[in-house]
Amino acid sequence: MLSVDLLTAILVATLGAGTPLALAAIGELVSERAGVLNLGVEGMMLVGAAVGFVATAESESMVIGILAGMGAGIGLSLIFAFLTLTCLANQVATGLALTIFGTGTSALIGAGYTGTVLVVRDSFSIPVLSDIPVLGALLFSLEPMTYLSLVIIGGVWFFLFRSRSGLVLRGVGDAPAAAHATGMSVILIRYMAVMFGGAMAGLAGAFLSVIYTPVWVENMTAGRGWIAVALVVFASWQPLRVLAGAYLFGGVTILQFHIQGASLGIPSQFLSMLPYLATIVVLVIMSSDAMRVKLNTPASLAKPFRAEG
Amino acid sequence: MELAMPARLELFGICKAYPAVVANDDISLSIDAGSIHAILGENGAGKSTLMKIIYGVVASDSGTISWNGEVVKITTPAEARELGIGMVFQHFSLFPALTVLDNLVLSLGANKSRQLIAETALEFANQYGLKIELDRQVYSLSVGEQQRVEILRCLMQNPKLLIMDEPTSVLTIESIRELFVLLRSLAADGCSIVYVSHKLHEVCELCDTATVLRRGRVVASVDPRTETSASLAKHMIGDLVVSVRTASPSTSWDERFGVHNLHRSAAGDFSITLININLNIRGGEILGIAGVAGNGQAELLEALSGEWIAPKSDIITIDSIPVGLAGPASRRTLGLAYIPEERLGHGAVPLMTLAKNALLTGEKSKFINNGLIRFGVVEKFTWSCIEKFGVKSGTPTTEAQSLSGGNLQKFIVGRELLHEPNVIIAAQPTWGLDVGAAIAIRSALLEKRGSGVAILLISEDLDELFEICDSITVISAGRLSPIRPVNETSTEEIGYWMAGHLPQSGEIEPRPTHHDV
Amino acid sequence: MAAIAPLSAALLTVVGGAILFSSLGHNSVDAFRAFFVTPVSDLYGIGELSLKMAPILLCALGLAIGFRGNVWNIGAEGQLIVGAICGGGFALALGKIDGLWVIPAILLTGAIGGMAWASIAAVLRTRFNVNEILVTLMLTYIAGLLLSYLVYGPWRSPTGFNWPVSSDLAASARLPRLIPGTRLNLGIVMSIVFTGCAWLFLARSHLSYRMEVVGLAPRAARYAGFDEHKLVWTSLLIGGAAAGLAGAIEVSGTIGKLREVVSPGYGFAAIIVAYIGRLHPVGIFFASILMALFYVGGEQIKVTLGVPSAITGIFQGMLLFSLLMSDVLINYRLRWYHNRPIATKGNTHAVS
Repeated sequence: MLSVDLLTAILVATLGAGTPLALAAIGELVSERAGVLNLGVEGMMLVGAAVGFVATAESESMVIGILAGMGAGIGLSLIFAFLTLTCLANQVATGLALTIFGTGTSALIGAGYTGTVLVVRDSFSIPVLSDIPVLGALLFSLEPMTYLSLVIIGGVWFFLFRSRSGLVLRGVGDAPAAAHATGMSVILIRYMAVMFGGAMAGLAGAFLSVIYTPVWVENMTAGRGWIAVALVVFASWQPLRVLAGAYLFGGVTILQFHIQGASLGIPSQFLSMLPYLATIVVLVIMSSDAMRVKLNTPASLAKPFRAEG
Repeated sequence: MELAMPARLELFGICKAYPAVVANDDISLSIDAGSIHAILGENGAGKSTLMKIIYGVVASDSGTISWNGEVVKITTPAEARELGIGMVFQHFSLFPALTVLDNLVLSLGANKSRQLIAETALEFANQYGLKIELDRQVYSLSVGEQQRVEILRCLMQNPKLLIMDEPTSVLTIESIRELFVLLRSLAADGCSIVYVSHKLHEVCELCDTATVLRRGRVVASVDPRTETSASLAKHMIGDLVVSVRTASPSTSWDERFGVHNLHRSAAGDFSITLININLNIRGGEILGIAGVAGNGQAELLEALSGEWIAPKSDIITIDSIPVGLAGPASRRTLGLAYIPEERLGHGAVPLMTLAKNALLTGEKSKFINNGLIRFGVVEKFTWSCIEKFGVKSGTPTTEAQSLSGGNLQKFIVGRELLHEPNVIIAAQPTWGLDVGAAIAIRSALLEKRGSGVAILLISEDLDELFEICDSITVISAGRLSPIRPVNETSTEEIGYWMAGHLPQSGEIEPRPTHHDV
Repeated sequence: MAAIAPLSAALLTVVGGAILFSSLGHNSVDAFRAFFVTPVSDLYGIGELSLKMAPILLCALGLAIGFRGNVWNIGAEGQLIVGAICGGGFALALGKIDGLWVIPAILLTGAIGGMAWASIAAVLRTRFNVNEILVTLMLTYIAGLLLSYLVYGPWRSPTGFNWPVSSDLAASARLPRLIPGTRLNLGIVMSIVFTGCAWLFLARSHLSYRMEVVGLAPRAARYAGFDEHKLVWTSLLIGGAAAGLAGAIEVSGTIGKLREVVSPGYGFAAIIVAYIGRLHPVGIFFASILMALFYVGGEQIKVTLGVPSAITGIFQGMLLFSLLMSDVLINYRLRWYHNRPIATKGNTHAVS
């Protein structure tokens, strides 16, 4: 039977595994709420991971590394924003190009660092409290980044549904022409939303390479960026449901490790397929009600906008 | 009085040209405080462009605007609102997924609290008798309610000038009456109103000044209270003779198109349930269906064209052949032609050439051989369509979207008619067209009627319906009214039905005696 | 006219590449020679180029047919892998059985495998309204894991020194080589024949016309009575078959066995090629040559300059970015004109 310790370990690991998904997905959610579909999440995460890792290795500071990863994500998202918002390029094609570009770029940046062990001078943990059994472990031995992700998601929820700026952002995604007519700067707001998406994807990537694994391997995000895109659909564009979805997927990932560890004779590859299969299943369940999807999807998603006049 | 007060808004020599068309050509006009000023003109006369220039949405190429006697530059809607100009758009500029209150908050500046905005909104709503639910999402409101939200939103900015762009095109007769009451009381409070319309009787009834535009120029400035609809129409469209009626009623043909007990449940919150639709059209007959937009026309058209498949075969018949279960292509082989309301994207593929658009409904014809397209034949067909129906500046390699609305519509109508149909369904075939194109299209339909084709015409334009139909019915909330021969009914009766007062079936309905609009 | 944007995109990419090389501390001229000239300066090199071009060309043609109809199959990589598994598996099962039918049967099995994999996305899109972008992508990851399982598990060669590879295919199951002294095989011929077929299909067939209408104006397609589901199916099946065929060609021709990695991202590169080629077979043909050059060039400078071959991916991304940007610069006026509101009736949101 599962011992309490094992269960705690699984729960803690689940939250850890869910954190990068939650971060990347909440960024994409904000971008999509403003009407921009950025399929380059995977690429932005990879570059964030590579830059974050290299910066940490060179500076021996996690904080610097993670900030660098975020910066890289923002940089990539700006390429996307320029092409789709200023040049009105097709968002789907540009997003794909961003992912391919990001994959190559991250491999180039990280090329000399495969196998490097990170030496870090600054790190976080909360002493004493984390020694409390179960709850202590669950609540206080988590990575600070997990707390941060909770704060960010709560903040996004508050921003979208309780602040005027969030209302403006939702308005832009709902009816950009009307937003323009009421004097909002549609393009500027979309730039900000896309950049937030880039920052979160970069953060998620840097978390993976600097804290979670912590090594650099080519293509290390292994489709997490795409799963994050699917999570936004799963969450019906609601921030709090993103969290639920991310932990669900984190759980699937961790469960797969534990089943592998239990050596039940199931080939590891089949277990590794689980998150991808789960993504498909989730999409089927969420999409089959076409009417509901239509109601939840931001009305202007992936449609280019140009101010008339 | 005139000596002391400068006009609230004056325009001098406003010009605006687009690549394809000069929308505004040297327009000057003057609007006094508290006046209800009509801007009258056909679709495409340049009314909307002019309003967008006043509201700062579009920049004019030249000309000046003066506000209360001072020359101003209005480059954004925000500046227009700052001055005290409010605008209610023809296609509402609301946020459908947000609540009414959210919509008000978004347009009323950042420094007011939600609470305050909600209170003010209810105050205004009470003052002008507008029924408003602040927590409803806008998409779930009826069109009339959405317009009320738009108006309320403008009123809360205390406008000195309110632009109403074609406000009645989507309203029932009752809502129109309520709107007029509201506008009059606003004007009495000193707010100037610019009333953009092409509906003559409304202008005569409501407005105290009218500026008539034609092809982007001011052609007349009149007092509509001293004019008649006919005299205004003459200003609007020039000296064209409008009547196209030539053929006399012919009754020698059998039923060619029938709909029997058609029911269709609404597909979601936004669609209408069709209830017990029955109609039949003989060859040589034009049946008109009047109605306010959104009363089931779209759903009915889908069912008739085959874009929605009926549950049973004999619900719809073409020349007595049951086709309820057949798709659009099979119905077309049996002689059905359909001219949809929306030209770009429905009746034609915007990014494809005219030749490829000619192919759109020619699947079962000689255009295709062993699965391969015979482009030579298609091109010949396209040319003949262009020539016979006077599609200006069109060749087989022209992209559909580069044609003007009228020419594209002529092309679509031509394409459908050249396939020698037995039954034609036409939805708003002349909507937004200039008079010449509209006449050409009505004449083409009448010519087909003369050769024994059955025609169903769905339109919001009562003038058009009374002009070319043999009989007329009304669709309201998914039901059809009784079908009346056109000379046994009146615009009053049809208008009364359109407002939702359909007679109960079987009941001998009292004719409304007096319903002026 | 249509070629201006792709050509200027290629030029922009070259300039971007020069900046990249010099920022990595290499002489751009040398790097460029190593990247673009050295690899194709002899017959063997040209053979290698054509070898890489064949699967890219096949996948890109299949995808372009779908993209024209707005079917976003971006999982050609997965369909290629499944094609390799099916074709390779069938070849392994045949063992040393010989006959003229063997190779066609292997290739057919590969194509069917690719179709089957793509049909999952087709079912989900047409029956459950699921976005095919995410599904085809997830299926790519799954296909990779499936292949990994097979070569680590049941199909692992007993004589392979524990490497994750299958046994070598029998000579009878190998595509014949075309030119002695190169590795060039029949695959390139098949891909060129396929280009011709695709050209005929896209230019003349009514089926392709219907698919295009569905992509450009779905309501017009419904109005015309075109069956959208059938056309989505057709797009995905054609794309899957082409990619599956490419996979079988890789295994039966180039590699000669199954191993953990059968494609260095040809399926993804094909997306870019389809775009650079303007979704037109002739354009795709030339774009696939350029893309194959990126691959051989990437390998070459890894050897001569020690630059990671990941640079190929950067070039791919830059190429597509440049194309999207060139498009805007060239079409700016045109597009601006077309975006003008046209008198169409009704506001889709407001009608309730």
